[in-house]
Amino acid sequence: MPQYLFKRILISVPTLLAISLVIFLILALAPGDPLAEIANNPSISETVRENIRRSYGLDQPIHIRYVKWLWALLHGDLGYSFNSRSPVIGLILQRLPTTLSVVGVAYGISILLAFPLGIISAIRRHSILDQSLTTVAFIGISLPPFFTGLLFIIVFSVQLGWFPFIYDSTLRVNDWASFIAQMRQSMMPITVLVLFQTAVLMRFIRSSMTEQLSQNYVRTAYAKGLPGLLVTIRHVLRNALIPVVTLIALDVPTVFTGALITEQVFRIPGMGALLIDSIFRNDTPVVLAITIVYALLVVVFNLVADMLYAVLDPRVQLR
Amino acid sequence: MVLVATPSLSRNLSSVTQQPMWAAVWQRFRRDRTALFGVAVLTLIILGVLVGPMIYTVPTDLIDFSMASQPPSGQHPFGTNDLGQDQLARMLFGGRISLAVGVAAMLVAISLGSVIGAIAGFYGGLLDLLLMRFTDLFLALPQLPVLLLVLYLFREPVGAIAGAEAGTFLLVVLVIGILNWMSVARLVRASFLSLRERTFVRAVRAMGARPWRIMWLHLMPNALSPVIVAATLAIGTAILTESTLSFLGLGFPPDVPTWGRMLYDAQNYIETAPHMAIFPGLAIFLTVLSINYIGDGLRDALDPQTNIRVT
Repeated sequence: MPQYLFKRILISVPTLLAISLVIFLILALAPGDPLAEIANNPSISETVRENIRRSYGLDQPIHIRYVKWLWALLHGDLGYSFNSRSPVIGLILQRLPTTLSVVGVAYGISILLAFPLGIISAIRRHSILDQSLTTVAFIGISLPPFFTGLLFIIVFSVQLGWFPFIYDSTLRVNDWASFIAQMRQSMMPITVLVLFQTAVLMRFIRSSMTEQLSQNYVRTAYAKGLPGLLVTIRHVLRNALIPVVTLIALDVPTVFTGALITEQVFRIPGMGALLIDSIFRNDTPVVLAITIVYALLVVVFNLVADMLYAVLDPRVQLR
Repeated sequence: MVLVATPSLSRNLSSVTQQPMWAAVWQRFRRDRTALFGVAVLTLIILGVLVGPMIYTVPTDLIDFSMASQPPSGQHPFGTNDLGQDQLARMLFGGRISLAVGVAAMLVAISLGSVIGAIAGFYGGLLDLLLMRFTDLFLALPQLPVLLLVLYLFREPVGAIAGAEAGTFLLVVLVIGILNWMSVARLVRASFLSLRERTFVRAVRAMGARPWRIMWLHLMPNALSPVIVAATLAIGTAILTESTLSFLGLGFPPDVPTWGRMLYDAQNYIETAPHMAIFPGLAIFLTVLSINYIGDGLRDALDPQTNIRVT
């Protein structure tokens, strides 16, 4: 196992390097001058402009800029925001907890819901319960999260007045009342994410379970007189879990993407909202840094997926 | 397989054997009620956006502030937006763009994926290894953030060259396509890897067929089933992605009413004019739902395990 782990981590290093290169190149090859605003300002003279360019290192060739940028990145130095003049890393760390808590809670609930639903659906295949569950899951994956979010606002905020539709980020949870307020304002964004994610996961679990249920070892287990529940939990589920766990880990980046949209709909000040705001403010260092953070998340969760696969399926190590 | 001796004979053979296969696929597809529902709804939507603007000739850009944010009525079946523009006319026109983006992005993704997958699977070896690493790299890119980054950086320069609308269309289609070819490449590669060892391929090779001819005429038709399913689902994904971009305000310019853009505009009037969000949202949902149902139905109908295959 440690050997496999080591090898697997070694493989993800070039992937990360390649991704950072791709993102850097997209930025570097993009037409337009990052200092366009300064260039158009008549009160700044040519020499001052050149000095500014030099101070940002823009006079150097592209490969040197990449190496310098990467080196700074490895030290956690993501540059300074054009807009707020503060370090980008600080801005991201300030937003990250909000995003992580929304995503974490939503993903946790989705897993807790998707497992029983998927298992029941697979065992009672073609029953009315299964048919309605699969239909709901199908609708769930076809509903764009931004539309679900707007629908929720229309129904639950505007019509029924149950939940506030603007997320109050200044709220501090220190007593029962503020806890209830936090619950109320998190309810809709989390439900939007849960709806989508549960649908995706349920379909994974159902198809994986269905595949296992038709195997011969299941028939053997039943034939030797084991009770149905025991066969399901100890035999079928264990084998069905192998692909499912991998898919769950691989699917985590999608949740962050979903969260990006949900944050925008409900005005939650998370990473996604920061990305969109920075794009509209032409704040290139922040846009670049957040894209890198998302890329990092994808690579890390790919790694986790492979690790889990190796833990669950001992045959993997023999490769 | 000895039969496949001359090209003309092999062509006759394939025309004889292919007909019953597609008939069988249709037989299975027809039994799938949800897939048929998808076909019906999608046909309705396509007819609506193609023929609709010819029948329903209300202008999409007529501003009338006295009629701003009106709920649905006889005069404006889907209501009006904050500028008093007719929502139904805008949806019919915007649907053309949404659907066109979906189909065009699918074509980009399928062509890229097929070519890369075909070369990797057919030649194997180092080329295969390199192309598959390349595929893995694209799979590891964070889709939406990269899309946003590219649009952010290239939208204005490309728009300046090709015009705001055409430029955005080109950019959105290309970027969505370029970020979605990987699954197709893997599917095609897997099919080609197993197909290229078959006797009929060796026979064609022995007859001196060039690699491109073998790939295009002999391997590709046999690898088509999974590609068709992937292509169908890719249209849905592309429509959803375009709507997401427009919803975030980074897709088409404001005067191009794609469904996502209409939802973006509706956000600020959600309390007073919820109909502005509901109709375009439903349009996206129904389109994607029916495409997903068709894709699912095709997958079952084309299932290789129950397929009659003559190879």
